[in-house]
Amino acid sequence: MPLSSRHLLGLNGVPKEDIQLILDTTKTFREVLERPIKKVPTLQGKTIVNLFFENSTRTRISFELAEKRLSADAINFSASASSVSKGETFKDTIKNIEAMKVDMVVARHAAAGTPLFLTKICDANIINAGDGTHEHPTQGLLDMYSIKEKLGRLEGLKVCIVGDIAHSRVALSNIYGLQTMGAKVSVCGPSTMIPRNLKELGVDVIHNIDEAIQENDVLNVLRIQLERKAREYFPSIREYAKYFGITEERLEKNGKDIVIMHPGPINRGVELSSGVADGLQQIILKQVTNGVAVRMAVLYLLGTMN
Amino acid sequence: MDIKSKVIDAEGFSRIISRISHEILEKRGTKDLVLMGMRTRGEFLAQRIQRKIKEIENIEVPLSVLDVTLYRDDFRTRMKQPEVSVSNITTDITEKNIILIDDVLYTGRTVRSALNAIMDFGRPSTIQLVVLVDRGHKELPVKADYVGKNIPTSTNEEIKVKMTEVDGEDAIYLVELK
Repeated sequence: MPLSSRHLLGLNGVPKEDIQLILDTTKTFREVLERPIKKVPTLQGKTIVNLFFENSTRTRISFELAEKRLSADAINFSASASSVSKGETFKDTIKNIEAMKVDMVVARHAAAGTPLFLTKICDANIINAGDGTHEHPTQGLLDMYSIKEKLGRLEGLKVCIVGDIAHSRVALSNIYGLQTMGAKVSVCGPSTMIPRNLKELGVDVIHNIDEAIQENDVLNVLRIQLERKAREYFPSIREYAKYFGITEERLEKNGKDIVIMHPGPINRGVELSSGVADGLQQIILKQVTNGVAVRMAVLYLLGTMN
Repeated sequence: MDIKSKVIDAEGFSRIISRISHEILEKRGTKDLVLMGMRTRGEFLAQRIQRKIKEIENIEVPLSVLDVTLYRDDFRTRMKQPEVSVSNITTDITEKNIILIDDVLYTGRTVRSALNAIMDFGRPSTIQLVVLVDRGHKELPVKADYVGKNIPTSTNEEIKVKMTEVDGEDAIYLVELK
């Protein structure tokens, strides 16, 4: 059974069977990553362009590794070093890249909807690697895979996303994906960072972090995006850390064996204390490893579709 | 799909496993031996051979399972996307004598993918091939070292291997494709 769409633009509306197929396929590639030679010839002859109009280290390297481990030819494009800075339009840039015969495009852009636009102007399979504050589907998938790997299931679990929900594409992809797979999702953060219409998505809002710890199986702690003027939404970083930072004392006080996740990069001492970030309850580096496997699975499923 | 004939029944099946196990022991012995079954039926064949060798020599030889989907060369031509599964290589295969086990040898392309896959796990001393049925029509220079039965077929025929573990019976059928 192949996926029902030839692009991965987001997790909103993606059927349960598709998510299940991606998570099952990820297991295969997790095994490949444990081998002495971590490379398979599956996508030999396919050309994939990583189109990054916004800075990224982790996601870009993760996609690039996934592509190389599937033996595809990977090309990196970053906006700052391209003709876009010479005044070429976005559409012309894409048309030019497409004319060089590429099979798949992995795109990141600050504007929500860019990947959808790409599907309308070129023939390649499009994978969204983050579009503005909209979605980041492969992050959502790798979070789900990591939870499932740790706790054995997704159905019936309670997951709370902590931090800046309003400006987070990770939050939205997590909400859509986890709800499809039968988990109960809530969010926790300062009121200024919680969008007003979340109730419509069936997401509970918790304002007290201790309550969030007590009531959930997993905390997915988001990064406070200091470079995106996050500071305008709360009085001081110290205050944020005091009210929403996850510390060892806080976990101990609530006496809970809770799983701690973080999409990275971590602001140590802000959303997570160093002790928690390196502690026994976190699976942060597992998420990174699983990220490569999830991306291999997505590339494989889309790239071998006819 | 029409069944033309039952080529091998349960008894014949068990005799083949027994003979091949003896042949492996005669030619290779158990030293550095690793059985490697190819999903799906090759895995069960490997288990049977492992049990038989245990019966004969009272030695349990290591068994691994290989999934070759990622190494196939027909992604572009197949209509259906193949389902991938996990390989389970339980021992270091470097300097070992690998016995690769599959149910049917046809074009030889699956064996080619398997050889590539094995080389990604290590550098074995030798690799030998066991097949339950060699049905002819090879497209690559691949030859089995241990053959259960040679069954010459035409291209509009197919060999169906049934095993208790997945199909509820042990048998080999010759069927005609419509």
